[in-house]
Amino acid sequence: MLSVKAIRKDFPIFKRTILGRPLVYLDNAATSQRPKQVIAAVNDFYRRHNANVHRGIHTLSEEASNLYEEARATVAGFINCGSDELIFVRNTTEGINLVVWTWGFDHVRSGDEILVTVMEHHSNFVPWQQMAVRRGAVLRVADITEDGLLDMEDFKKKLSKKTKIVAVTHCSNVTGTINPVSEIVRLAKRVGAVVLIDGAQGVQHIGIDVKVVGCDFLAFSGHKMLGPMGSGGLFIKRERQEEMGPFLTGGGMIREVYATHFVWAEGPEKFEAGTPDVAGAVGLAEAVRYHTRLGMRYIRKHESNITAYALERLRDMKDMQIFGPSDVKVRGGVVSFTIKGIHPHDVAEVLNYRGVAVRSGTHCAMPLHDRFRVPATTRASFYLYNDKKDIDALISGLEQAKHIFR
Amino acid sequence: MDLYRDFILDHYENPRNFGHLDHPTSVETLFNSACGDKLTIEVMIETKKPAGAVITDIRFTGQGCAISQAAASLLTEEVKGKAVSAVMALPAGGMEKLLGTKLTASRVRCATLPLEALQKALVKTRGFRVR
Repeated sequence: MLSVKAIRKDFPIFKRTILGRPLVYLDNAATSQRPKQVIAAVNDFYRRHNANVHRGIHTLSEEASNLYEEARATVAGFINCGSDELIFVRNTTEGINLVVWTWGFDHVRSGDEILVTVMEHHSNFVPWQQMAVRRGAVLRVADITEDGLLDMEDFKKKLSKKTKIVAVTHCSNVTGTINPVSEIVRLAKRVGAVVLIDGAQGVQHIGIDVKVVGCDFLAFSGHKMLGPMGSGGLFIKRERQEEMGPFLTGGGMIREVYATHFVWAEGPEKFEAGTPDVAGAVGLAEAVRYHTRLGMRYIRKHESNITAYALERLRDMKDMQIFGPSDVKVRGGVVSFTIKGIHPHDVAEVLNYRGVAVRSGTHCAMPLHDRFRVPATTRASFYLYNDKKDIDALISGLEQAKHIFR
Repeated sequence: MDLYRDFILDHYENPRNFGHLDHPTSVETLFNSACGDKLTIEVMIETKKPAGAVITDIRFTGQGCAISQAAASLLTEEVKGKAVSAVMALPAGGMEKLLGTKLTASRVRCATLPLEALQKALVKTRGFRVR
């Protein structure tokens, strides 16, 4: 059991009020809040250890380099990959783009296929669309079932020897659907395809072991997992790294440079051109420690309980349509819904008057909203610091919205 | 909850000038992709008026939040009979005045979508006006 009361004490933002009311933060799928430990780690880096990494002989540079590499080891440990397989990036989007513009462009030829699902975030759609257009490749989109689960029959039908890459989210940022990633990897390997997993909603809520799952790439964002804005990670399996050239080029990613050519560095440095966000990496590692201290199993269980409670309360409301699976075993802490006759923006506005922060719109998932045939939804998403009282505040805000728009 | 006053809700629930024109001079549809809203404005323009081109009739259709729908309804009432040149000169801030409320940055776009659609529809008729 998580002690939410103790956890909330770690998050300074919960001391403030919104329009005179306590903050009820249910927009975690967009970004999380940060605990004081993470803020302190970033602060401490700038106050005591600030220097550039991998350059200087001086003490500070050595300290900064050590902190940076320790951070890499900590974050790598969280997803169970080697330190040399973890690249620091700004966010999931950058991680996916890195794979698209390196491995993707080098391996996808005209007539090849890329397989995604209709529940992907735009950042796992648009880069592949771009590549498909430029390479003359075909982007195929696996459908979902009525319950919002990945339609495995459709997925298998669209997977073939032509498929070079399968790119799929671990957990949908709209329906919370948890995809069977191990099964997806197993099927993809049979046809010789590599697999990228969008872990933006997965690593911090469900947890993932890339060795067990067997994926080739996993991208995730630090800011959605208690870490600093602009921090994130990309796992690239060693074998894949050897097949890849660098992404951005310049300082930091080179071994030797001559007037006419260069030799690139090996390992994660190959993909980290320019001075990295060292404080961001240090903060992200602290965020990882926050999760491991609590235990991923307990975080997942806590969020499952909250989600089950939210689903139960929402289902009791009239004119309510909830999207995604009803079974919390295959659902993360994300619930998107519509209320008949009230636009999601108006729902979010009324909730904001009561200090409740939710998201409204298409949540960077227009293809999925098209699939559901709704222009927009309201989304509540949960994290380790939310409790049932937050859900009660959500429900009473929704009741008020229904009263205003009766 | 200043935003959802009765007259805004009234325009939302009973929108004025909602529907289609038989023979619109110009039509424009705009999307607000972040929120999934869609708004179509149809205008009828007569050129031989003393004031130059004048909007003689207007309709709108679409789906959106209370603010965007009420703004469209209010705007269509406001501009009917007005000179095209005057409507083209309406500033985005004028929508807040019509709604009689201050909007937060995230909602400004909801209120200005109808005006933007209308002005784009009017721009399309420029060729018509010189003829």
